[in-house]
Amino acid sequence: MIKVEDKLFQNRYKVDAGHPHISIKNPDICQNDCKSLACTVCCPAGCYTEEGNGKIVLITDGCLECGTCRVICSEHRNVDWEYPRGGYGILFKFG
Amino acid sequence: MEKFDAIVVGAGPSGNAAAYTLAKAGLKVLQIERGEYPGSKNVQGAILYSDALERIIPDFREDAPLERHIVEQQMWVLDDESYVGSTYRSAEFNREPYNRYTIIRAQFDKWFSKKVQDAGALLICETTVSDLILDGNRVIGVQADREGGAIYADIVILADGVNSLLAKKAGFHPELDPRDVALAVKEIHFLPQETVEARFNIGEDEGVVIEMVGKITKGMMGTGFLYTNKESITIGVGCMLSDFKQQKTTPYALLEEMKAHPAIRPLIAGGEMKEYTGHLIPEGGYKAIPKIYGDGWLMVGDAAMFVNAVHREGSNLAMTSGRLAAETVIALKEQGKFMTEANLALYREKLDESFLMKDLKKYKEMPGILHKNPQFFTTYPELLNKAAHSMLTVDGVDKKTKEREIRRNFVGKRSLFGLMGDAFKMWRAFE
Repeated sequence: MIKVEDKLFQNRYKVDAGHPHISIKNPDICQNDCKSLACTVCCPAGCYTEEGNGKIVLITDGCLECGTCRVICSEHRNVDWEYPRGGYGILFKFG
Repeated sequence: MEKFDAIVVGAGPSGNAAAYTLAKAGLKVLQIERGEYPGSKNVQGAILYSDALERIIPDFREDAPLERHIVEQQMWVLDDESYVGSTYRSAEFNREPYNRYTIIRAQFDKWFSKKVQDAGALLICETTVSDLILDGNRVIGVQADREGGAIYADIVILADGVNSLLAKKAGFHPELDPRDVALAVKEIHFLPQETVEARFNIGEDEGVVIEMVGKITKGMMGTGFLYTNKESITIGVGCMLSDFKQQKTTPYALLEEMKAHPAIRPLIAGGEMKEYTGHLIPEGGYKAIPKIYGDGWLMVGDAAMFVNAVHREGSNLAMTSGRLAAETVIALKEQGKFMTEANLALYREKLDESFLMKDLKKYKEMPGILHKNPQFFTTYPELLNKAAHSMLTVDGVDKKTKEREIRRNFVGKRSLFGLMGDAFKMWRAFE
């Protein structure tokens, strides 16, 4: 089992504590209506995890700001996605 | 209130090309970048094609941070345990001026940005543009996330990358279609310079590029890549987002499995992984190009879907479109014309005349064909590798029997019509 945390550990972040730049608009939609839960598979930083019963937990601290979750939630458009405030978020050392 | 001739949103290759060209021509330019420094939010493989930059900064080689010039290009078609490959290496690529280089974007973008500032543009970092300011349908400025954040200009150039939220919020673009973007993940592994050079049979400053297709993407439409930097190796894999959505492998698991391939593992062995990145690549091609100009705005680079996925070109299209956008603005200024949609159509004309649109047009059918025909990423790599394995194993079976067996495999997997159809599709796509 590959732990994405081990990879993200190498990255540099300036976390905007208390101001996550991505949020789930309506958690009930993930739990009740979404069949694919594609965000839990496709997010390259593993920010989305399913807590059994279809409830999705989103922790944006490791976010690579790629936009995958927003684009992939195409049936329900249930992801509210903004860029982090200026200067915050991932800070690529090499890119 | 301070007003600028032009505001450029973003300091990647397209934004820097635009801001540099505008500032050089004496325009009053403001460039806004959300990262701590230019490059800190940017991700690329990364290969720099000299030509596009040379047309902007002819003597860039004097001080640009370049890793290695490419002398060898490999293409691998992989099965689970093997690959069939082709290599092109030429002493020609070792003669100056070099045609392409590996670069590290965080360093390169910082360098390019310094040139932009030296040319006279004003750069503000750590500032996210949250909205465009509209007067009816006309863009008249931007709203930045800092105090007194409303800033005005005659033209706003959107160089805000693949996730152009600004164009979506203003209603210029719909949301991206998962079929039009690829998700790529990659890692950078550090090794001593001598190890890189010995391992890839290259001299100082020489570099190798390996592009890969086949079983590594598990049937998804995508490619893998490995690039040599000065004292590191970049390795990654990218697949269409619509394909990722339909299966259960995470991007990082895909990358791990690729790194464990018996032909790839020894190339990165002993390296120290220092960064893991993920990024979307706009690969929808010509048919997916959105609206790229309107009253008071122009769009350049990834935001405009300017990537030639077949040839793995993007940053050169970004720089070219940035330059052409700037030249459009300069021309209109000189003629005393307003930045209206009708006048800015000149930008589209310039793009159409350049290699950029010509190349995108040439491959306009490619994304559609590859989407509908996953056999190019699974069946063919497998058949090709089996055929090579059979012909290269000496086991007492005569060659004619082996050939018959290979032919039977191909026809069995794809049928004669399938094979002819695939050949025709590829011919049409490349024609």
